Amino acid sequence: MELFGKVNIDWLGKKWYFLAFSLCFSVAGLISMGIHLAHTGSPVPLGVDFKGGTEVQVTFAQAPDANQVRQATDAAGVHDVKIVSYDVPEKHELLISLPEQSDVNVDSSRKQILDALRTHYSNPILESSVQAVGPTVGRQLEKQAGLATLYSLVGMLVYLWFRFELIYGVAAVVAVFHDTLITIGAFALTGQEISLTVIAAILTLVGYSMNDTIVVFDRIRENLRITRRESLSDVVNRSINQTLSRTVLTSGLTFLTVLALYIFGGKVLSGFSFALVIGILIGTYSSIAVAAPMLVAYQDWRTSKGKSAALPAAKRGR
Amino acid sequence: MKKNLNGKIAIILGTLLVFLYGIFGIPKGISGAALEAAMTQRIHLGLDLRGGAHLILQVMVKDAVNAETDNAVARIEQALSTSHLTYTQVLKPNPNAPQTIVVQGVDPAHSSDVRNELSDRFGTDYDVSGNSTDHSYTLTMKPSALADLSARTLDQSIETIRDRVDKLGVSEPVIQKYGLGENEILVELPGVEDLDRVKDIIQSTSRLEVHEVAGNPDGYASDQEALASLGGAIPPDQYLLHGDSQGVGTDGSDRVYLLKRVSIVGGKDFRDASAIGPNDSGRQGVNFVLTNAGGERFYDYTSSHVGSYMAIVLGDRVKNVAVIKSAIRDNGQIEGQFSKEQIDALSLTLRTGALPASIVPIEQRTVGASLGADSIRQGVIAAVAGTLAVMAFMLLYYRGSGINADLALFLNLVILLGFMGFSQSVLTLPGIAGVILTIGMGVDSNVLIFERIREEMRAGKGPAQAVDQGFAHAWITIVDTHVTTIVSAAILFMFGTGPVKGFAVTLFFGLLANLFTAVFVSRVIFDSHVNNKKIGERLSI
Repeated sequence: MELFGKVNIDWLGKKWYFLAFSLCFSVAGLISMGIHLAHTGSPVPLGVDFKGGTEVQVTFAQAPDANQVRQATDAAGVHDVKIVSYDVPEKHELLISLPEQSDVNVDSSRKQILDALRTHYSNPILESSVQAVGPTVGRQLEKQAGLATLYSLVGMLVYLWFRFELIYGVAAVVAVFHDTLITIGAFALTGQEISLTVIAAILTLVGYSMNDTIVVFDRIRENLRITRRESLSDVVNRSINQTLSRTVLTSGLTFLTVLALYIFGGKVLSGFSFALVIGILIGTYSSIAVAAPMLVAYQDWRTSKGKSAALPAAKRGR
Repeated sequence: MKKNLNGKIAIILGTLLVFLYGIFGIPKGISGAALEAAMTQRIHLGLDLRGGAHLILQVMVKDAVNAETDNAVARIEQALSTSHLTYTQVLKPNPNAPQTIVVQGVDPAHSSDVRNELSDRFGTDYDVSGNSTDHSYTLTMKPSALADLSARTLDQSIETIRDRVDKLGVSEPVIQKYGLGENEILVELPGVEDLDRVKDIIQSTSRLEVHEVAGNPDGYASDQEALASLGGAIPPDQYLLHGDSQGVGTDGSDRVYLLKRVSIVGGKDFRDASAIGPNDSGRQGVNFVLTNAGGERFYDYTSSHVGSYMAIVLGDRVKNVAVIKSAIRDNGQIEGQFSKEQIDALSLTLRTGALPASIVPIEQRTVGASLGADSIRQGVIAAVAGTLAVMAFMLLYYRGSGINADLALFLNLVILLGFMGFSQSVLTLPGIAGVILTIGMGVDSNVLIFERIREEMRAGKGPAQAVDQGFAHAWITIVDTHVTTIVSAAILFMFGTGPVKGFAVTLFFGLLANLFTAVFVSRVIFDSHVNNKKIGERLSI
């Protein structure tokens, strides 16, 4: 079976459409982050992991009534709790959360909430999970997650510089940054919280998008070595077309596994798989529509400056 | 031209065996249950999958500094008194900076003697500076000494907590320094769902001490009354301490006691404590046992102080005041109101030694075992569903060669899990996600190779040559993509904690396994395929 025979699409001829599309989504992401920043003080909805707070997931014997729970906690002197039902209603699960607190409250809020529920409900309540994170730890995690992402980007840039040329690394990193921006924008737009697990997903999509870009770059490098007369945009077009069947197949299959995760992975993994569902689509797109055109744009710029027209293919081949 | 593949096939089978051993060890049987038991022995599940408690504790190092300088104040007073150097008082002026001690009102005539005395005795740990206008000397703990004390306090806290957790019978606990902040400890207790009980015991700073009572053995009604009876000032070697909340006074009210600052026995001198049931008069209490050295000291003191009063102090509260009727060696009783939990906690803390500083939880998470089981089920279903869908597609799309890819995928999973078993890594929920991604990248490698082989065949090459060329070209791309991702997984492993780390572990091992299966195993299967073909026969791809 074969889905793709010989394709001959002029990808670079569509670069203005790509630019418009990318700008559209990036700006939409930025705007929703801006709106979120104005409303809550942080550009994206942060989970308990980062902003600190207490989150108690409780399973009730019977279908719980959120209002009753609120009355119970209010009576116990715990105000401003957020109550949402968790997972499917048949499970009788509620997620009760309290926002920011000081480090001192990490212990007491949890106890207060559970004590309030225990006094109010005579039937046994199963405490499925508790997360209480002080603001200090939250800030540390936030900083650490940011640094880990930054370091891994730099690590990849250095490797690409070593294997190809600096501009390849820069183009790949810009493409990855574009993907991250749009994915995080999607979280701001849909109001889903970014937790540590979501950070893991974003790092995955960084690796995935990078992988996709390198496959295309590798082919460009190979083709540049064989042909001398062809213009760079022809070489890039040809390389994208030659790898297109692989790109579509791999993305499709990875999308399939991630979709399985989104459908069967349950509530705990929902943020994670949401990030990947979006990330894989956008990561595949960006290798073709962002990274590759950047190489051509860079060469055009060099030519206009009167420098050597040829794009360096790579320092080291095989 | 046929290639001899026997050596390579032996390598593959050997790898398969080695990593199967990594997953299962030597199982007791080959039934499903026996294999499962063998597997859970080797592959450890994270807290999010098996349920348990996770705590991050902040060690209040300031407490240890406070204790250290309190001790130094007493030593300075003693040193100056023995050298007959006069001063008004020695104090710690700022409660927020417990590392600073001030000696006030030094006799100007002997100022240099005082300086020499202080520098000689305390110069190694403290910076000494003088102030000639108000004739005082300031001792500040050196940053190196402070850092030393912090490190020691943290290590000692970890040791103590580990001891206590072990005594509680929690299996496979993790107690270690937490790298993100200063003076933080990570505690992971698998299977523990009742956080309150465990945490109280871990955090308990209860110190048991016996002090000599200096003032009225019945105590005073208030601090003011105590001060008034002393004529306004407390002697430097004595201090005031309140009774415990239930009250030890005869009428049950709170009393204040004047005690000697230095304890007769305390802390490490105790070996054990146990509850004694309510006696005839309805009082219950604690029976304590001293160590040999502590017992000697206690015996020396009690034999020379018959008729004096001693106070039993627990957690900075006077629990009991008793008259010394006869010499006591290593065994004593404290009467008072104690709950069962209090006595258990006291007994455990006495047996494990006191914490050098108080401890505050700044993060706590618990996962119920049932939630963990749910997560495993969902994660495994997702992984299996994803893998099966991918395998089915590969068979459909690449026909004969699809079997090749599916075999490589299967071996990939075996190697990945084997790595987890060998390295004693912990499998977490994000780790399962990492496995799923590894499957994705494994498929990608195969797709890259197959598409390249097809391309070469379209260009008119024969099966053997197409396979050769296809692998030669795809191999570079596979190495580049994998090394890039391995670099980022390694960085995540180094800088990440918790979920990020769990994810990086499986991704890292998975990518290594991928490199082997995609480049080596898949190649060998192809070659053996090509070997068995008659000339002119087509490759099923």
